[in-house]
Amino acid sequence: MSAPLLEVDGVTRVYSSGGLLTRRRVVAVEGVDLRLDEGKPEIVTVIGESGSGKTTLARMILNMVSPSAGAIRFRGTDLSAVRGTAARLAFMRQVQPIFQNPFEAFNPMKRVDRYLFATARHMAGLAAPADIEAAADRALRDVGLSLTEVRRRYPHELSGGQLQRVAIARALVSRPALLVADEPVSMIDASLRASIVNLLRGLCVRTGVSIIYITHDLATAYSVSDRIMIMRLGKVVESGPVRTVLDDPQHEYSRLLKSSVLSPEVPSNGAFFHA
Amino acid sequence: MGRIFIDLLRLNRQFAAGVVLLSLVTLFALLSFVSPYPPNDSYVVPPDLPPSWSNLMGTTSRGQDLFWLLTFAIRNTLLFGITVAVISRILALVIGLVAGYSGGLVDRALMSINDTFIVIPLFPILVLFYFVMKDHMSWGLLALMMACLGWAYDARLIRSVALSLRTREFTETGIFSGMSMRRILVEEHLPYVLPIVFSTTMNNINWSIGFEVTLSVLGFTDINTPTVGVLIYWANQHTALVAGIWWWIFFPVLLVILTFIGLFLLAVSMNEHIDPRSRLGRSEG
Amino acid sequence: MNAPVLEVSGLRAYYRTSAFGIRREVRAVDDVDLRIEAGEIYGLAGESSCGKTTLIKTIANAIQPPLEVLAGSVVFNFRDRRIDMHGASREELRDIRWKRLSYIMQGSMNVLNPVRRVRHAFVDFAFRHIGRSKAEFLDLVRAHLRRLHLEPDVLDAYPHQLSGGMRQRVTIALATVCRPEFIIADEPTTALDVVVQKGVLAMIHAVQRELGSSVIFVTHDMAVHANLTDRLGIMYGGRLVEEGRTADVFRRPRHPYTAHLIASLPRLGDAAPKEGLTGAPPNLADPPAGCRFHPRCPLASDICRREAPPMTELAAGHRAACFHSDRVSPP
Repeated sequence: MSAPLLEVDGVTRVYSSGGLLTRRRVVAVEGVDLRLDEGKPEIVTVIGESGSGKTTLARMILNMVSPSAGAIRFRGTDLSAVRGTAARLAFMRQVQPIFQNPFEAFNPMKRVDRYLFATARHMAGLAAPADIEAAADRALRDVGLSLTEVRRRYPHELSGGQLQRVAIARALVSRPALLVADEPVSMIDASLRASIVNLLRGLCVRTGVSIIYITHDLATAYSVSDRIMIMRLGKVVESGPVRTVLDDPQHEYSRLLKSSVLSPEVPSNGAFFHA
Repeated sequence: MGRIFIDLLRLNRQFAAGVVLLSLVTLFALLSFVSPYPPNDSYVVPPDLPPSWSNLMGTTSRGQDLFWLLTFAIRNTLLFGITVAVISRILALVIGLVAGYSGGLVDRALMSINDTFIVIPLFPILVLFYFVMKDHMSWGLLALMMACLGWAYDARLIRSVALSLRTREFTETGIFSGMSMRRILVEEHLPYVLPIVFSTTMNNINWSIGFEVTLSVLGFTDINTPTVGVLIYWANQHTALVAGIWWWIFFPVLLVILTFIGLFLLAVSMNEHIDPRSRLGRSEG
Repeated sequence: MNAPVLEVSGLRAYYRTSAFGIRREVRAVDDVDLRIEAGEIYGLAGESSCGKTTLIKTIANAIQPPLEVLAGSVVFNFRDRRIDMHGASREELRDIRWKRLSYIMQGSMNVLNPVRRVRHAFVDFAFRHIGRSKAEFLDLVRAHLRRLHLEPDVLDAYPHQLSGGMRQRVTIALATVCRPEFIIADEPTTALDVVVQKGVLAMIHAVQRELGSSVIFVTHDMAVHANLTDRLGIMYGGRLVEEGRTADVFRRPRHPYTAHLIASLPRLGDAAPKEGLTGAPPNLADPPAGCRFHPRCPLASDICRREAPPMTELAAGHRAACFHSDRVSPP
């Protein structure tokens, strides 16, 4: 058994709110386990609807939120031990996010190449401007763009698809081992989604980066991922290899999800909604 | 930037009016550099003369030409207001941005200090300050004191913007790009905060000038350097209104009112500007 | 033969702005013609900045500067009257709202007042149009809710006590209680979870069948169109590029954009990687000359770059705006 890349061990996250007299507890994530192995790059999809806890889980893996119970270990190091600027930078070098809204991921008032250069400087430890630009260009080429296209551009000058590619390129500059993509294509036009999803698949195969792919869209999950984890109200209801789970779901909720997905095909028998 | 300025001038009457008023006042203040009479000299002209062509605003009971004296007075008053504004903006920005970004204990600590400063009654403190300082009182000291009292309200305003910016995704992108907190605050958040800062600056200048005039009229400042308030103080000392020397009170008050209105118009029109450009920019199909 | 319920002819609506250093004309809707018959569900598909939102706004007469209607007309032929949306008086427009023409919008929070019970929304919007006593009106509402498989006691709840899907269904009940002849549904299920979406769509389908209303259903989700609509119109770059019976459009698209759109959609159970479109939708402030799709079109030729192709009827009830529609390969 190879060394673990990521171990999510019985992780729970509880949010409590309210004042002195009333306290409300919301269990966002409960008892989730997940393991990714070193040297075996794969795409794991976490599927769930709103309130399933998938985004909270993603934020915990990115060390943006700490678990209330359980532990998350990345390459053996517990995330709660990542303290101080040096340790945090070292962690972020290896684990990078891709966010849902490409237009929000970049400051509308600033140029996008700035983030690429900053990542190259701080994450890849490059100092010479020529090296920094080369690293940015290389990352952009990995996603099908180039520095000349993106240089000195503001976010509103690029399309949603292009911006998301730039975001992926930025995440790749430091050659991370793990990408956590939170609904990376849900805000992108349907006709452009396929290319981004294929891009992620290609990156996994070519560069060996593992990807945790969060989505609510079962159809893309089917074609792009290796494993799948279905979450509902904070708990994992079913997980396993994607074809196995989606071709023949065992859990009642998984079956409900699958049957609710609309296929982009006109039903041949003409019956639309046998509610 | 220049384009925005010109468009604002063209389309926003309030902004244009404010700019015109302030330009007039500033021009007037600049005339102090060509004044034929040093400000503290007295009895250089016959006293108590009403406005005429040789003394545009008349003369005071101390034999000073009011027109040239006022140029110094308004210059000092404006300088005072600007100094207070600059120092208090820096304080408000640093505290507001850091509190909003850091959250948690740092935020709570800073805001406790902030709220203390908000509830302090300013006027008694300033009077107390005068009595403690007495002869060591100077304008610089007063400006510093007022700056230290004038940042709290706006720091909270800036903090609320910083709080909302903290949760936006581009801040996370900045963090994951390895940017330090200082870099994120200055390069990412500051541009969003600056329009508010500019608008509150106008209000701040009005506020500090208002206080300065109040304190000076009551004699709680250094009465030897001419400012608008000090001018009115001396007018009162010489019972100008009773003696019929109305111009000694009228012109300083008029000038300070023009300044206030100009600054107010700028502040109000800036508020409108903060949104419409982005509103227009967002109107799409 | 009855006149179509909705006739849009030669509609041109642009956003024109000129201030604060920005001067531009966004050609959001450019020469659109379409007809919707009584009792049919017409789907309007298209991606971001294709102009479908503006088209809906123009049809509903929700026009505010900087949006201007430059040419064309929007005419509704209701059972008792004919109304030109842009020429009608305010009283006429107020008369038809909710009774003849109603809306289902994205985000039910826009409709339901968060501080009042759901019952009040019905009273505020619909009571005036029904013209009966309050008690009779509420009975009518309860019967309507029951027919739509909603519990009548939902009337006593506050909006925040209901789930998102439930609120949307209440909004649909609200929009249909006066039995309108035409319903404008603007992305009503976009923000909803997939399980909830199915329920809401089923409800829309049931309501439409019961009332016999016409529906224009706007969404970018092609799967919804495939399963719900009778006819489908595809918009691109401010223009209608294809229109026909949904089954025909899916089986044999006649416009390269439609073909690519359908081919790029993922299907559950189909592991083959899909191919996306290259490039980006046109900037409507500065659209390409000729056919607006030509920069991304694999079939583009010289004439496509110069002239905008007209909408031509290629088969019964199936139109497309393409010079090379015969070379579009079926998916």
